[in-house]
Amino acid sequence: MPTTAIYTILISLALIVGSIWASNSLDFLPAVASSNAPIYDELFKVLFVIGTVLFIGMTGLVIYSLIQFRKRPGQEGDGLAIEENLPLEIFWTAVPAVVILFVGLYSYDIYNRMGGMQLLSSDSHSHHSMSAQERLWGGIGEVKQEENESEVLPVINVELSAMQFAFLFNYPKGEIISGELHVPVGYPVRMRMESKDVIHAFWVPEFRLKQDVIPGQPTILNFTPTKTGKYPIICAELCGPYHGGMRSTVVVEEPDEYIAWFQKNSKSPDIEA
Amino acid sequence: MTAVSSLNEKSDELTSTKEAHADHRLFGLITFLIADGMTFAGFFAAYLTFKAVNPLLPDAIYELELPLPTLNTILLLLSSATFHKAGKALEEQHAKRCQNWLLVTAGLGVAFLISQMVEYFTLPFGLTDNLYASTFYALTGFHGLHVTLGAIMILIVWWQTRSPDGRITNVNKFPLEAAELYWHFVDGIWVILFIILYLL
Amino acid sequence: MSISIPPNTESNSKKLQPTGWLRYFSFSLDHKVIGIQYLICGFLFYLIGGVLAGAIRIELTSPMSDFMARDVYNQVLTLHGTIMIFLWIVPVVNGAFGNYLIPFYVGARDMAFPRLNAVAFWLIPPAGLMLISSYFINGAAQSGWTAYPPLSITTPAAGQIIWIISVLLLGGSSIFGGINFIATILKLRQPGLKLMQLPMYCWAMLGTSILVVLSTPVLAGTLILLSFDIVAHTGFFNPTLGGNVIVYQHLFWFYSHPAVYIMVLPAFGLVSEILPVHCRKPLFGYSTMVYSIMAIVALGLIVWAHHMFTSGTPPWMRLFFTIATAFIAVPTGIKFFNWVATLWGGRISINSAILFSCGFIVNFILGGITGVALAQVPFDVHVHDTYFVVAHFHYIVYGGSVFVIFSSIYHWFPKFTGKMLDDNIGKLHFILTFIGFNLCFAPQHWLGLNGMPRRVAEYDPQFTFVNQISSVGALLMALSTLPFLWNIINSLINGKESGPNPWKALTSEWLTSSPPPVENWIGEAPLVTEPYGYGHKTKNSNSPVQMNKKQETS
Ligand code: HEA
Ligand code: HEA
Ligand code: CUA
Ligand SMILES: [Cu+2]
Repeated sequence: MPTTAIYTILISLALIVGSIWASNSLDFLPAVASSNAPIYDELFKVLFVIGTVLFIGMTGLVIYSLIQFRKRPGQEGDGLAIEENLPLEIFWTAVPAVVILFVGLYSYDIYNRMGGMQLLSSDSHSHHSMSAQERLWGGIGEVKQEENESEVLPVINVELSAMQFAFLFNYPKGEIISGELHVPVGYPVRMRMESKDVIHAFWVPEFRLKQDVIPGQPTILNFTPTKTGKYPIICAELCGPYHGGMRSTVVVEEPDEYIAWFQKNSKSPDIEA
Repeated sequence: MTAVSSLNEKSDELTSTKEAHADHRLFGLITFLIADGMTFAGFFAAYLTFKAVNPLLPDAIYELELPLPTLNTILLLLSSATFHKAGKALEEQHAKRCQNWLLVTAGLGVAFLISQMVEYFTLPFGLTDNLYASTFYALTGFHGLHVTLGAIMILIVWWQTRSPDGRITNVNKFPLEAAELYWHFVDGIWVILFIILYLL
Repeated sequence: MSISIPPNTESNSKKLQPTGWLRYFSFSLDHKVIGIQYLICGFLFYLIGGVLAGAIRIELTSPMSDFMARDVYNQVLTLHGTIMIFLWIVPVVNGAFGNYLIPFYVGARDMAFPRLNAVAFWLIPPAGLMLISSYFINGAAQSGWTAYPPLSITTPAAGQIIWIISVLLLGGSSIFGGINFIATILKLRQPGLKLMQLPMYCWAMLGTSILVVLSTPVLAGTLILLSFDIVAHTGFFNPTLGGNVIVYQHLFWFYSHPAVYIMVLPAFGLVSEILPVHCRKPLFGYSTMVYSIMAIVALGLIVWAHHMFTSGTPPWMRLFFTIATAFIAVPTGIKFFNWVATLWGGRISINSAILFSCGFIVNFILGGITGVALAQVPFDVHVHDTYFVVAHFHYIVYGGSVFVIFSSIYHWFPKFTGKMLDDNIGKLHFILTFIGFNLCFAPQHWLGLNGMPRRVAEYDPQFTFVNQISSVGALLMALSTLPFLWNIINSLINGKESGPNPWKALTSEWLTSSPPPVENWIGEAPLVTEPYGYGHKTKNSNSPVQMNKKQETS
């Protein structure tokens, strides 16, 4: 039946176009404030489009069937006795498999661009003493700075220690200990995190980043803030009664503001960031 | 899913030959032992992971001697053989011989437990000394619990083979078969445990 | 544990067991009684878990922690999660319907090990009561249903230990049940009934039971180690004593990821029974449905670390678990496409059972899609441990499993009691539940994406309005329980007689009286080789059901 085929194609096209439109015009995510947030949002859009097409398509089929094939008054007997269709089965095994494969590869690429596939080394840049067999796990590695290779920006090293129910940020260079995280916009930040008691998690929704802060198991997180402002730092792992109140702020500021803050608080003011 | 398909084949031939009301307790026991084996598998996995990623803290002591556990291994392997003998004897309707072999098996089991206790008391570390020590005691203790239960089961079976009304005979030999299967299982676990804890 | 079952005779069925309503409070060995016991017991716990959910939603109507103390909130959410999973979904989709239906489907008069079966059930009420009573004694566990150490080691010990003991008992119950189902399905099958002729629910229960037997013991072992850490101060999971907290997470999720399929595979099976009856069509793609169940079982065992993407796992591990997890969408998708194909071209009676089943399809697809998104590491890194995850799993456990349970109750109530439920009240129940459910959980996706973590009693005021919408949805869900309960009670007292087979279904539980006699059939069991032979009427020569001569049905 060509008309059915045409309708099917038209409806599918409309669905796809509609959900692409929706993914572009609806605003589901908080502000974009780190270099991997825009990459994240790209992935989100792709997943959103696939999900919407699938969900609306399947829901439409269910509702259509319920209306079209409902038993009308006076009807007797059974429906069509169709029960096997190998080509169909192959079709709806293969298509999702391809979609899944595509999504998997795509998100691998995204993750790689975020620096997630980077092997973490414990030595680079940081100069604190560590036992020889220290293992570093997880987190997100450094993103290769491809664009401005000429002027490699210095990395801001921060050590985060979490405890019930607070975050403490330690800037080894200036011997600063602060309850708030200050970072200059555009500079890569490397944060080494460890917990003093139970598991916590460091989450900044505007950075699209989260990493558990684990006792006895240091973790590393790298990111580059891209937009000035104050964003919440949220503890995202249940850590006790005041888990909900375990929050802090990350202040992303212009480099000169950051340096001013740094020098004001630093115990050895002559060293710059 | 090889496990499933092999089960299927067996059941297909069974249901086609036997009545639907046959005795499936042995099958149930096997399923249970698979579950029990998974508990051990979890412990083994935990121990191996600890070994791989958690270095022993600087001043912690964790040393194991080989002689006693080797003796233990021999004891248990022997007991598996003697239990097999007991089962054979029952099939051949030698009640007395069966009982004797059962007693020998139980004796070997108890000897294992005693020797394990001796090991516990001579070890230079205690339950809470360090991570490996804790895992060592948890694993061997859990296994020892199984041996204890097994030994009790053997004694019960032995008692029942003695009863004049013939509670366990070559016709009704499920309790003996069950105990035997369980015992072999506990032995098998010990062998893995021995390799992982003492040899690796 | 003798299981020799003599053929049913009048005298046989009357002796041994109490009859009437009293038998539901006895150590009954009848699989049907045990099934109903599971169902009622589970439903009571659902109401308790629901009241706790209500408390959570009331607390979250305002951004401050004002309705209850913060530690009480953590206790409430721990109890809510534990009760809903271990005392409601798992016992009901497995224990209740499994016990009631499996012996019918394999043509047996009871389960393989009736006594073990009764023991498995009777472990549940004491475990549940103990769990709940811990709240009143010294405060319940407060480290979430996941009980991650070191938090679970450092919070008050009494509640956590009681939680561990209860979960161990419930796990034991689940293992006993699993052993029984495997033995019943593989061993008690009627002669002449081939595996590939079994109703789909049998396959679902076989797969589920394999998962139960392989994964639950690992949880048991893990919790034993955890309890040592709490009581004996060992250091398995205590970093200050050199332990490793991540190992606990691996072991826990090795059980608890399969557990999600333990909650949903039986529901898949139930839907596969319900749809063909009310669509008057064969189940589409029987054999691919079977293979997809087994594929889900196999994949389900190797994806657990997708709950730990932010815990600090090495990159290769994240990649592997992403791919493996997302691939579960393929076999699951096969099932959904086949269900839609079953609807297609049918002659569908629009009743409460079919509505709840279709509600399940729609809700679960949304939950599955967010699941596939969560499986992508870079996506999960942002939304892990937020309300996005809460929305994901409520779409699956509530929109999926609970919807199927309601659908099943509408479908099998006539079998259980011989009475019909009122379909109009049922539709009202459906509409209220469906709207309430979506109102409650759809907004939570947005909350999670925008920065609201889970397990918090206080939150950023910008989320107040959306949380209030969610709470209104919860209220609607609570209200929707009222017509349902009314329907049940009213039908029990003065419902219409249903007769043995009101839906003209072909599976064998319907080929006997309603409610069925003690050993299921007077006379010999019917041999059903085509459980979904709808529409085959024309080929009268080989009718799908080979009725036994002695069979007395209608
Ligand atoms: C019954 C319960 C159940 C079920 C069945 C599932 C099914 C799935 N779950 Fe879910 N999940 C939970 C219960 C469940 N989950 C719970 C309780 C938690 C939280 C635990 C906690 O932390 O407390 C959780 C958490 C959770 C996480 C961790 C999130 C986090 O904490 O950060 C992830 C990540 O991968 C995940 C993924 C999935 C996937 C991929 C599926 C898949 O099986 C879904 C597959 C189904 C479909 C995809 C829909 C149908 C398919 C099609 C129509 C085919 C076409 C589809 C595509 C091409 C996409 N789940
Ligand atoms: C497995 C099944 C299951 C089911 C069915 C439900 C059902 C519900 N859940 Fe639950 N939930 C979980 C499993 C489940 N949940 C789990 C595993 C967690 C995670 C716990 C953890 O983090 O450790 C969780 C966590 C969880 C949270 C997050 C808490 C937090 O992280 O801070 C919330 C918040 O909204 C919530 C809400 C609800 C609601 C409103 C329902 C509703 O659908 C319930 C509707 C039913 C009723 C309301 C009962 C019937 C009505 C009455 C008896 C009348 C009286 C009613 C009132 C007083 C309101 N649940
Ligand atoms: Cu720290 Cu939650
Ligand atoms: Cu999972």
